[in-house]
Amino acid sequence: MMRRPLRPLARILDARAKGENPDAIERENLKARHEQERDQLRAQAEGRLLVLAVFFLCGFAIIGLRMGHLAGSDPVEPRAATTTAKILAARADIVDRKGRILATNLTTHSLYAQPPQMIDKERAAAELARIFPDLDAEDLHKDFNGPRKFLWIKRRISPEQQQAVHDIGDPGLRFGPREMRLYPNGRLAAHVLGGAKFGREGVLSAEVVGRAGVEKAFDAELRDPGRAREPLRLTIDLTVQAAVERVLAGGMRLMNARAASAILMDAETGEVVSLVSLPDFDPNERPRGGPRDDRSPLFNHAVQGVYELGSTFKIFTAAQAIEDGLVSPQTVIDTKGPMTWGRHRIRDFRDYGPELTVEDVIVKSSNIGTARMALMIGGEGQQAFLRRLGFFETTALEMPEARVARPLIPKRWSDIVTMTASYGHGISASPMHLAAAYATVVNGGRKVEPTLVVREVHAPGERVISEETSAIIRGMMREAVVRGTASFGEVPGYAVGGKTGTADKPDPRGGYYEDKVIATFASIFPAHNPRYVLVVTLDEPEETSGEEPRRTAGWTAVPVAAEIIRRAAPLLGLAPEIEDGSAVGVTLAAN
Amino acid sequence: MTEMVYGSVPAGRGDPILPRWWRTLDKWSLGAVFLLFAMGLLLGFAASPPLAERNGFQPFHYVERQVVFGTAALAAMIVVSMLSPTHVRRLAVIGFALAMVALAFLPLFGTDFGKGATRWYSLGFGSLQPSEFVKPTFVVVAAWLIAASSELAGPPGKSYSMAIALLIVGFLAMQPDFGQAALILFAWSVMYFVGGAPITLLMGLAGAVVMAGAFFYNNSEHFARRIDGFLSAEVDPTTQLGYATNAIREGGFFGVGVGEGTVKWSLPDAHTDFIVAVAAEEYGLLLVLVLIGLYAMIVVRSLFRLMRERDPFIRLAGTGLACIFAVQAMINMGVAVRLMPAKGMTLPFVSYGGSSLIAGGIMVGMLLAFTRARPQGQIEDIFARRAR
Repeated sequence: MMRRPLRPLARILDARAKGENPDAIERENLKARHEQERDQLRAQAEGRLLVLAVFFLCGFAIIGLRMGHLAGSDPVEPRAATTTAKILAARADIVDRKGRILATNLTTHSLYAQPPQMIDKERAAAELARIFPDLDAEDLHKDFNGPRKFLWIKRRISPEQQQAVHDIGDPGLRFGPREMRLYPNGRLAAHVLGGAKFGREGVLSAEVVGRAGVEKAFDAELRDPGRAREPLRLTIDLTVQAAVERVLAGGMRLMNARAASAILMDAETGEVVSLVSLPDFDPNERPRGGPRDDRSPLFNHAVQGVYELGSTFKIFTAAQAIEDGLVSPQTVIDTKGPMTWGRHRIRDFRDYGPELTVEDVIVKSSNIGTARMALMIGGEGQQAFLRRLGFFETTALEMPEARVARPLIPKRWSDIVTMTASYGHGISASPMHLAAAYATVVNGGRKVEPTLVVREVHAPGERVISEETSAIIRGMMREAVVRGTASFGEVPGYAVGGKTGTADKPDPRGGYYEDKVIATFASIFPAHNPRYVLVVTLDEPEETSGEEPRRTAGWTAVPVAAEIIRRAAPLLGLAPEIEDGSAVGVTLAAN
Repeated sequence: MTEMVYGSVPAGRGDPILPRWWRTLDKWSLGAVFLLFAMGLLLGFAASPPLAERNGFQPFHYVERQVVFGTAALAAMIVVSMLSPTHVRRLAVIGFALAMVALAFLPLFGTDFGKGATRWYSLGFGSLQPSEFVKPTFVVVAAWLIAASSELAGPPGKSYSMAIALLIVGFLAMQPDFGQAALILFAWSVMYFVGGAPITLLMGLAGAVVMAGAFFYNNSEHFARRIDGFLSAEVDPTTQLGYATNAIREGGFFGVGVGEGTVKWSLPDAHTDFIVAVAAEEYGLLLVLVLIGLYAMIVVRSLFRLMRERDPFIRLAGTGLACIFAVQAMINMGVAVRLMPAKGMTLPFVSYGGSSLIAGGIMVGMLLAFTRARPQGQIEDIFARRAR
């Protein structure tokens, strides 16, 4: 900016010549400049004040709009002080197939404190610590004197505890009603039910949310307020479940197994009458965390675990070979061992001679014979058949655990896979898969989807094998019990049929363990007209009554399954057939 | 003819004081202040009985006190508004010195009334919050300094005023009272802005404020909790904010009816910081909009009158006072509608409070004194420009 000098020389000289005071010129110029600056500043300030005015106007307008917006909206937020709690605690009961209670609700109380309203904090803390031994008086006292105006002390207390707390008489200790999920049968059907926990919590109520099992699978339905009066009816039979659980627990101990599972399924409808996984837990006090590995009691071995199920798969190979017309039960198969295929060698548990009929391949459980049949069928046909039996997908069982149990299928289906898969190695599935597939094969050949919920109507599934093949397979399974590997499985009057499976456990470091097996017995009863399928699996069993430990399913899983059938069949309303078991054309003579 | 030339009636010498005061005063703003005070009393009838009950007084104990303090405040306002700007400045400088001494001795003699911040002197009949008096007087002092710096060979008033502002902020942060500290900083920035601050500097200052906020957020638990409470989308219905929001919703457009509100029973600060919530619940959006309109009117009218002001000191001081007034109202109402984090800021003239009411009266009195019509020499300006 060009500025005029305050003392312009020309004017000063001129003034001097006229005898005037030259300082007046400077003052005059100074004043002019000051005024000019002030005017500039004022113009600037005028603009900036306008900006400010607009700014404040906008601010007030925003507050007004926001106020209007708030006033126009509904007061939806739950208020602690009012009675209209928005949290719905209603949860429908769960009953077994005969309407007996499996899970229900109990109104208990929660205990919370409002420290500002407490009178004697020290005494209250001491008394609380006395009533609840797991609370620490010092911690409580610290909390009461802290800045918090509200704190939970106990989520659930018993009526006795409530009375004791009430007797402390401190107005700052308050109770809120709590609907609590109660499993009156304790550990019974623990894995089926799963358990529940509190979700969102308010003072007056808390949401009960399913954590696992059907409680989680049907969480939305159970919490639907419109259906709170309508219990969820499961296919589980409480008495059968209790019997199966008891026998299996005993068997697991006798056989020194680290885990066990049993599935009892209706062969026609796929309804699961009993589902047991041991070790189990009490759903009333469900342990924290999830089932990280199969050592956790939360792990559902029947549904969640996928195992190589061994020779039980031979039934499928035989069924397909017969269905395809490749063999008949009396066709003779070369079983001279060991069978070599490339660098692989397939052996039998013991040498069964150079040749066996198809029926004897199943009865004696010959790996070589099954592998030869599988080669006749071919890899693609075998895959398609196993896929139709459901071994490539998760089961439809209504449990969150079932949805994660995806069978392990080899990526490339080479000839060696065809052979090993024919006797249940190299392909892993859950016992639930196996039970459903057995039901499909023996019930006349119609596909069975396992279910835990009673349905009004049962639509027959798609046909997988013919009635005739199904009948032949049933006969073979019966033979396996009468004179084969499952001879301990005979239960007088119930014509048990079945197939054993003893699979070496894979070593996580590669290869298989020498001395650890999964022993499975997949059984049907009665064999001539199967009503039920029972799959019993023992994890690492060892029968030690003999000179050396015996681990095969015939010595471990089969006797346990037989005992289960002996106990459960009458409870299921099956009358023993004492006179005659000739309906399938087999002799019932015990060997 | 005179009005045509000067735009407003100038004050002549020898004019009687009262007629001259009335003629030159911003009568609309004065009326608005009286209206606000009346509404404050009305809301006090609604909001304060629960508190009185809690403290064991007659139901309208606090309303009576409000009347007493309010009358004193209005009287102070009128007296101050009659002073000439020069007198206002002199008294304000003295008042500022006293208030600063009081502020400085707070840590020694103050009490915190169990609220976690030492902000008050407990006198026999009530409490005194020095920062309430520091605010208006600081504005005048800072305006004086900034205006002086624009004189030829004047003192570096901008730096001086900033140093004073920072000193006050330091004292307030010690209490801690970040709301008032921010208000002081804001007032100074606005004055600096109107007083001709370069835009780049203002930007830098805004950045510094943000940094300071971040620093305190990380280092002061008191501060961080407030901010966190604001930032969490889900408002906890058992906090003051939750109650306030719900009260506004309950009220709707026309309110639930006089005396029918419930929020006053659950809010400890219903009669001060959250009086808007009470107003919204009992009288609805309508009254709240009237309240907002009154504040906006006072502020915008004052700023427009100050735009014509020729004297830099008056312009700056008026701007600063108007801004403090506006921001205080905006923060109080903004907190209630959750536009801002929770901050203990009273609503001028409406909230209950002894010292804040009187300080508010003095503040608005000064503002009215500064916005009185004065000869602004428009015609002389025109002549001077032509002569140049």
